[in-house]
Amino acid sequence: MKFRAKIVDTACLNHFTRVSNMIAKLAKTCTLRISPDKLNFILSDRVANGGVSMWCELEQENFFSEFQMEGVSAENNEIYLELTSENLSRALKTAQNARALKIKLTNKHFPCLTVSIELLSVSSSSRVVTHDIPVKVIPRKLWKDLQEPTVPDADVSIYLPVLKTMKSVVEKMKNISNHLIIEANLNGELNLKIETELVCVTTHFKDLGNPPLASENASQDRNLEQMAEVHIDIRKLLQFLAGQQVNPTKATCRPTELPLGSTLGGHIYCGLVCRASHVESGCSLNSMNDDHRSAAHVQLTLQQVSL
Amino acid sequence: MPLLTQRIPDENDYCLVASLDNVRNLSTILKAIHFREHATCFATKNGIKVTVENAKCVQANAFIQAGIFQEFRVQEESVTFRINLTVLLDCLSIFGSSPVPGTFTALRMCYQGYGYPLMLFLEEGGVVTVCKINTQEPEETLDFDFCSTNVINKIILQSEGLREAFSELDMTSEVLQITMSPDKPYFRLSTFGNAGSSHLDYPKDSDLMELFHCNETQVNRSVGCHLVMKYMIRNEDGQICFVEYYCCPDEEVPDS
Repeated sequence: MKFRAKIVDTACLNHFTRVSNMIAKLAKTCTLRISPDKLNFILSDRVANGGVSMWCELEQENFFSEFQMEGVSAENNEIYLELTSENLSRALKTAQNARALKIKLTNKHFPCLTVSIELLSVSSSSRVVTHDIPVKVIPRKLWKDLQEPTVPDADVSIYLPVLKTMKSVVEKMKNISNHLIIEANLNGELNLKIETELVCVTTHFKDLGNPPLASENASQDRNLEQMAEVHIDIRKLLQFLAGQQVNPTKATCRPTELPLGSTLGGHIYCGLVCRASHVESGCSLNSMNDDHRSAAHVQLTLQQVSL
Repeated sequence: MPLLTQRIPDENDYCLVASLDNVRNLSTILKAIHFREHATCFATKNGIKVTVENAKCVQANAFIQAGIFQEFRVQEESVTFRINLTVLLDCLSIFGSSPVPGTFTALRMCYQGYGYPLMLFLEEGGVVTVCKINTQEPEETLDFDFCSTNVINKIILQSEGLREAFSELDMTSEVLQITMSPDKPYFRLSTFGNAGSSHLDYPKDSDLMELFHCNETQVNRSVGCHLVMKYMIRNEDGQICFVEYYCCPDEEVPDS
């Protein structure tokens, strides 16, 4: 197993750092999957009730000037590593004004991801700061649990409102209840609701717009005003909103079709999936960075909480 | 505020309807008396009085006159209900606690009467939040019959100076002793803590003193014998609301 990669472009480095910070906010421990074309940060929570799963994908060539990897074997040309997300984001803090960043898989009594950062001193001689991040190599037999989630066709897709407003509202609602109901329809309307014995609070967002649904059939039959509803754990949603370091111009919902590298602006999308079986229902939030060159695609799926 | 008016089914059903262009003119005042979970609201055509009490020892009242509101209608003589003040404040600040300069959240408050929830409609930037808060049986609140002829000593101070003093009080002291006297030390706050006793004196000719009328020397322990503290709070539009605190004594200390 081999892995070594290098970033020399400042913008790419900053972007990589921002992605790492976002991951650190969302998941304490995550899996890093290295394949010839991509890097993925994965969190899969097998708890069906109110659980969270996250899938973040980076196209390797958008970040690294050099990238070499050799997987476990020729047929399975991938590497799966488990690491503490904060270790990576902390190491990248050093890379703020770095000249170059190198990452490689090493063995220093135990497997590590070694991050070497070349910094320019005031005297214009360079110095190198090295971080050794301990990792656990995940065996082949566990790889099947870490595959890209198949996002079922959403019943409703909708552009999310200005995140700042949504975050303020969700933060206040959290003081009242942990159980949040998200309702949306194909008429650009989104409601956030909490209900307790003492109080009901509903925030209505209008004129949000709906992107075309993945499945054309689904949208033909559906009454525009009819609301799709999911119940989720408000704290998980707040973690996602808090971790957003991009300022999207538009938030959209298109779980499967949005191409990477789109220049439409940062995207945050929300797909509501409601099925007869509550276990399958959930809300999928997708966020994509604005930069055409170095796009990162993060998908967070929140499973419905029991009603 | 077209968005908000669309939502009201029938205005005549409500025995209290109040509208504010800037919800902070209400929430700031209520925060000042938020030391207990529940509050009693008492509305007449003159305005709303919100009362919070603690174990029959301390009572705080906030007065928001009808003139503060852009619209204010009370159908009956008076309307009274008890409500969870923590939840009410969370709802009033649903769009965020830290105000962004230039943005205002509009409020419409409606109450249908006994047994109905308090309805709040808040709007900011086209986004509307509707809150329905259950109300409870109003409880008897203490009536401090504080008539001016019984006043022995009266002092009006600029609160900024008092605020600094209160923040520096020695918390290891069990009591706060307040001395008011026509002679020195005039107005003194004293604590008796682990490290010793400490006294904060305000001379009667201090810049902070707006009014000083002391006829007798009084020394009272803890936040005083029927001590009334009345605050004038100026809101963002420059209007004035009053908040007052009535406190019962721990003990009265004979003149020493």
